[in-house]
Amino acid sequence: MARANGAPTNGSAKGGAEITFLEAIRQAMFEEMERDPAVLLMGEDVGVYGGAFKTSEGLLERFGWERVIDTPISESAIIGAACGMSYLGLRPICEMQFIDFIVCAFNQITNFVAKGHYLWNAPAPMVIRGPSGGGVHGGPFHSANPEMYFIHTPGLKVIYPSTPYDAKGLLKAAVRDNNPVLFFEHKFLYRRIKGDVPSEDYTVPIGKAVVRREGKHLTILSYAAMMHTSLETADALAKEGIEAEVIDLRTLLPLDEETILTSVKKTNKCLVVHEDTKTGGIAGEIAAILFEKAFHDLDGPLVRVTSLDTPVPYAPTLEEHFLPNAKKVFSAAKELARY
Amino acid sequence: MTKQMSRELTRQQYLDLYYYMRLNRAVEDTMVKLFRQNKIVGGLYSSLGQEAISVGTAYTLQKKDWIAPMIRNIGALLVKGVPPRDIFMQHMAKYDSPTKGKDGTSHFGDLDNLHIVSPISMLGDLIPVMTGVAIGGRYLGQKVVAMTWIGDGGSSTGVFHEGLNFAATQKAPFVLILENNLWAYSTPVRRQVPLENLADRAKAYGIESYIVDGNNVVAVYTTAIEAVERARAGEGPILIEAKTFRRLGHAQHDPAEYVPKEMRAYWEARDPIALYEKFLTREKLLDAAGKKEIDEKLDVLLTAEREFAENSPMPPAEFAQGGVYCTGDDCHKIRAKWERSIGEVTPPKSSVKPVWTVPGFGSGRGSGGADAPIHFGDTPAVMEKPANNSRPAKVAAKPVAKGAKKARAAAASASRKARR
Ligand SMILES: Cc1ncc(C[n+]2csc(CCOP(=O)(O)OP(=O)(O)O)c2C)c(N)n1
Ligand SMILES: [Mg+2]
Repeated sequence: MARANGAPTNGSAKGGAEITFLEAIRQAMFEEMERDPAVLLMGEDVGVYGGAFKTSEGLLERFGWERVIDTPISESAIIGAACGMSYLGLRPICEMQFIDFIVCAFNQITNFVAKGHYLWNAPAPMVIRGPSGGGVHGGPFHSANPEMYFIHTPGLKVIYPSTPYDAKGLLKAAVRDNNPVLFFEHKFLYRRIKGDVPSEDYTVPIGKAVVRREGKHLTILSYAAMMHTSLETADALAKEGIEAEVIDLRTLLPLDEETILTSVKKTNKCLVVHEDTKTGGIAGEIAAILFEKAFHDLDGPLVRVTSLDTPVPYAPTLEEHFLPNAKKVFSAAKELARY
Repeated sequence: MTKQMSRELTRQQYLDLYYYMRLNRAVEDTMVKLFRQNKIVGGLYSSLGQEAISVGTAYTLQKKDWIAPMIRNIGALLVKGVPPRDIFMQHMAKYDSPTKGKDGTSHFGDLDNLHIVSPISMLGDLIPVMTGVAIGGRYLGQKVVAMTWIGDGGSSTGVFHEGLNFAATQKAPFVLILENNLWAYSTPVRRQVPLENLADRAKAYGIESYIVDGNNVVAVYTTAIEAVERARAGEGPILIEAKTFRRLGHAQHDPAEYVPKEMRAYWEARDPIALYEKFLTREKLLDAAGKKEIDEKLDVLLTAEREFAENSPMPPAEFAQGGVYCTGDDCHKIRAKWERSIGEVTPPKSSVKPVWTVPGFGSGRGSGGADAPIHFGDTPAVMEKPANNSRPAKVAAKPVAKGAKKARAAAASASRKARR
């Protein structure tokens, strides 16, 4: 593939090939803007420059200044304005240059955008997306996993994919959804992960987890970059005779309880792996769900492998210690399997 | 500059302004009575003495234009066509109210007919939102203007700045009315903003501004109509500072004893309705009979509206549960209303040269390409050195089929070791 990440050479961005995670995001936006003139993109440096990570490369060239808007550095204004546009039936996509900056617009998202449908029957079809996650030495302000701030907010949907196929299909579904959707793109995956996407139009349903690997001894729940770490660990565990069932949550709000419960009722053990910090992370919510709905099916404690409860440190030695990795998942899983 | 339009109001328009100001005051007087009877669930705010601003500004708008009122803009809601019963029921948390009891005060909107965006309590948040409405309306070719209001206190929020600055860079057809009523809850304006004229803030955004006597409805109207026409013509957002005074406390609970008596007396002598009545009488637009007719009309109307509101039930408890999410087409059919050719914003017509052109210096170069570097920390996959035991980064395109043996595609070895 000549232009794995670049602008479409012939004005088309059709899939049907093995592409990077980054290209999957770009194709999703490109194709949605092609399909529906109500779709626009707003963000810092998204136009001429094509985005700090090049996810909007080629979009301005194709769709023009009115649809690809380089904004001032004003996250609240970007999200507030997108909300106003959505009231007119438009479907804006907002890029946060780094997802860390999403909290600058926390008020707009949690008070304005999220509550409108409940309070005054006003749907806000809009997407807020951006690069998240650590492992690339971004330091404490360029490595955030902000999902839990928003999972506590009724009215939002939260997606955190791990593969190019899902990233493209879920981003398209997010654009077509009538609700505000937060879409987090783990930047570690951008150019490291490749995968096949079909050439025809497709979406991946929001709110559905997927079993990535079947197993019977324990369930590993994960998402985003840690999904890959979990799969790698599952391979290592298999060599020791432990068959882990690995589930990719993909959507964190709403959470696919059914898939989680079906698996845990089969394996009777559950390990949650996430890159977000431990206290208040989604593993706690999953633990509560299992206590409520699968208490008698559990043969061991719910085990969490997460980042440390600290800001994301900068130095590689520190960040490596901070993050979960295959080794940590492996020993936690082995411990759990012994129950 | 825009072409000079006739600012002369017709007799009917003069009387409309009077009627709406009277209606505004009568609606709020009725709500004070309801409040004293404990029939209003939450707080009650007042725009006493500020009616000329809500009415005079909203009266300049066309039906298709958008407003987002704040709590002291009941008058704007009435001019837009909201029936008084809706305002009563909102405050009383009734099931027939626009939000069916889910929110109170003036927190309601109407996307389909009246083009009203519901405010939220967070001051200033409407400014970027209405900027988006303005940009969106322009994009769809609707030639609409978006208008909202903010207080002297609310003008110190970050969103005021972000919103107005964004609106200015976009030349959005947006008009912002800054109601300087000299107090923000208990804090005087001097402690909020160290400026004599808050309109001066417009300079920071490179936009036009006006200052107007907020207790003179004709002056408010004439200023606002000019601003609205200029914004509609594409001259960009405009800020209007209307100077006025908050006659009552912040809300019903607040006796506002921190306001000097002399100050209150000064402004009570400048009541906008009394001043306007004098003007209308002098101009022979209103006589005693005409006034009596309006008195009676308001009395009949508000008695009926109040009765309707009082008879409406409270929402059933279970109603609290639903409506958090739009469930799709059965819930809302979301369709943009295009009033320009879609061809103008779709390829090939939408295509542009993706470069910045700097006047006097020409253009830069596009920055794209397959291997364009991305912001720190990541390298193109092709350049990444594989670690000893790592397989190529590749993952399953599709979820595994149920029951498939060894059902999983190649693990992505996104091992973090690979980078070190
Ligand atoms: C962001 C935010 N902070 C605090 C409040 C609480 N609050 C509500 S009204 C108000 C005073 C507002 O003053 P001003 O903007 O001058 O409007 P006025 O009440 O005079 O019409 C305050 C502090 C709020 N609603 N929003
Ligand atoms: Mg004030």
